[in-house]
Amino acid sequence: MWQLILHRMVATIPVLFLVSAGVFMLIHLTPGDPIDAMMAESVDAGVKETLRRDLGLDRPLALQYAHWMGRILQGDLGQSIRNREPVIENVGRRIRPSLQLAALAMAISLVVAFPIGILSAARRNSPLDGAGSLFSLFGICMPNFLLALLLIFFFGVTLRWLPISGYTDPFEEPLAGLRSLALPAITLGLALAAVIMRTLRSSMLEALAEDYVRTARAKGVSEWRVIGGHVLRNALIPVVTVMGLQLGTLIGGAVITEYVFALPGVGRLVVDAVFARDYPLVQGVVLLIAVGYIVSNLIVDLLYGWIDPRIRIR
Amino acid sequence: MAGSIRESGFAERTPALPAATAAPRAERRWIVLRRAARARLAPVGAAVVLLAVLAAVLAPLLSPHNPLTQNLGNTLARPDRIHPLGTDNVGRDVLSRVIWGTRISLVAGFASVTMALVAGSLLGLLAGYWGGRADSLVMRLMDAVLSFPPLVLALALGAVLGAGLTGVLIALSVVYTPAFARLMRGQVLSIKSRDYVEAARALGASGWRIAGRHVLPNAAAAIVVQAGLSVAFAILAEASLSFLGLGIQPPAASWGSMINAGRGYLQQAPWIVFGPGAALFVTVVGLNFVGDALRDALDPRARF
Repeated sequence: MWQLILHRMVATIPVLFLVSAGVFMLIHLTPGDPIDAMMAESVDAGVKETLRRDLGLDRPLALQYAHWMGRILQGDLGQSIRNREPVIENVGRRIRPSLQLAALAMAISLVVAFPIGILSAARRNSPLDGAGSLFSLFGICMPNFLLALLLIFFFGVTLRWLPISGYTDPFEEPLAGLRSLALPAITLGLALAAVIMRTLRSSMLEALAEDYVRTARAKGVSEWRVIGGHVLRNALIPVVTVMGLQLGTLIGGAVITEYVFALPGVGRLVVDAVFARDYPLVQGVVLLIAVGYIVSNLIVDLLYGWIDPRIRIR
Repeated sequence: MAGSIRESGFAERTPALPAATAAPRAERRWIVLRRAARARLAPVGAAVVLLAVLAAVLAPLLSPHNPLTQNLGNTLARPDRIHPLGTDNVGRDVLSRVIWGTRISLVAGFASVTMALVAGSLLGLLAGYWGGRADSLVMRLMDAVLSFPPLVLALALGAVLGAGLTGVLIALSVVYTPAFARLMRGQVLSIKSRDYVEAARALGASGWRIAGRHVLPNAAAAIVVQAGLSVAFAILAEASLSFLGLGIQPPAASWGSMINAGRGYLQQAPWIVFGPGAALFVTVVGLNFVGDALRDALDPRARF
């Protein structure tokens, strides 16, 4: 197991290196002078020159990268050119709502996906299965911002059950906090649920066709015990895989969801930084998100080894 | 779903099941119905896509009003005979804007996937066929691109390239390139060890000739399937970027930006959001049906 962990971690290093180079190059992809892109035309030339010097843009590219990388390795992700605060502090302030949103969305997706997925597979080709397929089609084709607006329209505007924007920390005010996160989490969660449900259904169907299921049935084990005791356990690996793959979706979805519901999370920070043309902040946050994404994928990879011992041996 | 702009589509791969004849009669009936439904969905999807293409091409003829003409005396008007989908906050006809928006959505979807297909296929071909250093360099690069959550990458690229169709197209094609590169590399690796490639090589065919005459045509089916499924997601991605204000800029009509503009009027005039929203949803569903049908037709292993 330790060998697997080490192997995977070493394999991540060149990718991290390329990712950092890509993020570094972002600022140089701007058509024309990045300083002109960041600041209004009317800004004094002296101020622009100071910023250029501060960001090191007056030096050769290779030197800029070496300097930037040196800072990153020391944990300095740069600072916002708007509020002059380090990127880390900007993210630190925003990470809480994002993590809460992601956790709640994930929980909702599992609660929705598992019963539907299991029932769809157990009652394959029944009208219930058809309804499940319809649900997953809906979840996959429905853009998340549109779903968010539909939810706002029905539960916020028409029924007035839930708040349509703003954030309260659930750890400080549990009820108000959960209410403020409810619609965003449902928006994100339903989309995830569709994908998880579909994967669970097909991996369960595959497991249901195995010999050990026939043996269990022949022994007289009840159908629900066959499903709970044999099929579900073996059907979980593809579900873990797809949940890992959906992390990217979750992050991307969070960007849009936080934007629509005015949640002060990291996703909203990215959008705000992009609009403010605060490139150092964009670079810092995007790098952090990418590293977080890579690390989460690494954890998912290692989870397989834990769930399925056969993977460890390979 | 929406977030997953790199998603491979509504590609449900149900595993091979025991022969249908072994199934009880009731279940068999459902299987038949299910297949029939799937078979029927493809023409429905094709009809939706055809309709969208027609709307895009014939937008000037089909749209009842000028999509940009404002009428401040008739803002937020309810749907009626003159404005079947109502008017928006500056009195523009929502239906006309939805019809014109089809152009942008389809162009963004098809063009970005085509660009990704060409770039990805070439890179995959290079990596798979020549192997060695080219292979590891290309594939590590693709891994690096895949290390970013797709929408975040598109946002970051859109930010530096500037808002507008060109920025969106470049950003989305970068996001989709790795999928094609990986697929093409896999295809090439499996095809290049086949006997007919060996035979061609023995006959003295050059590397380029083998790649062009033997490998590419044989890998085409898988690439076309991937492209078919990617277009729907590219359209969703363009709409997401435009919704965030980074894609197509107003006053040009794009479904995403129309939905964003309408969200402030959800209470008084929900049709501003629902018109383009329905168009977007139906188009994506239609494209998914077509993508599924393409996969079923070209990839027999996925059939059930």
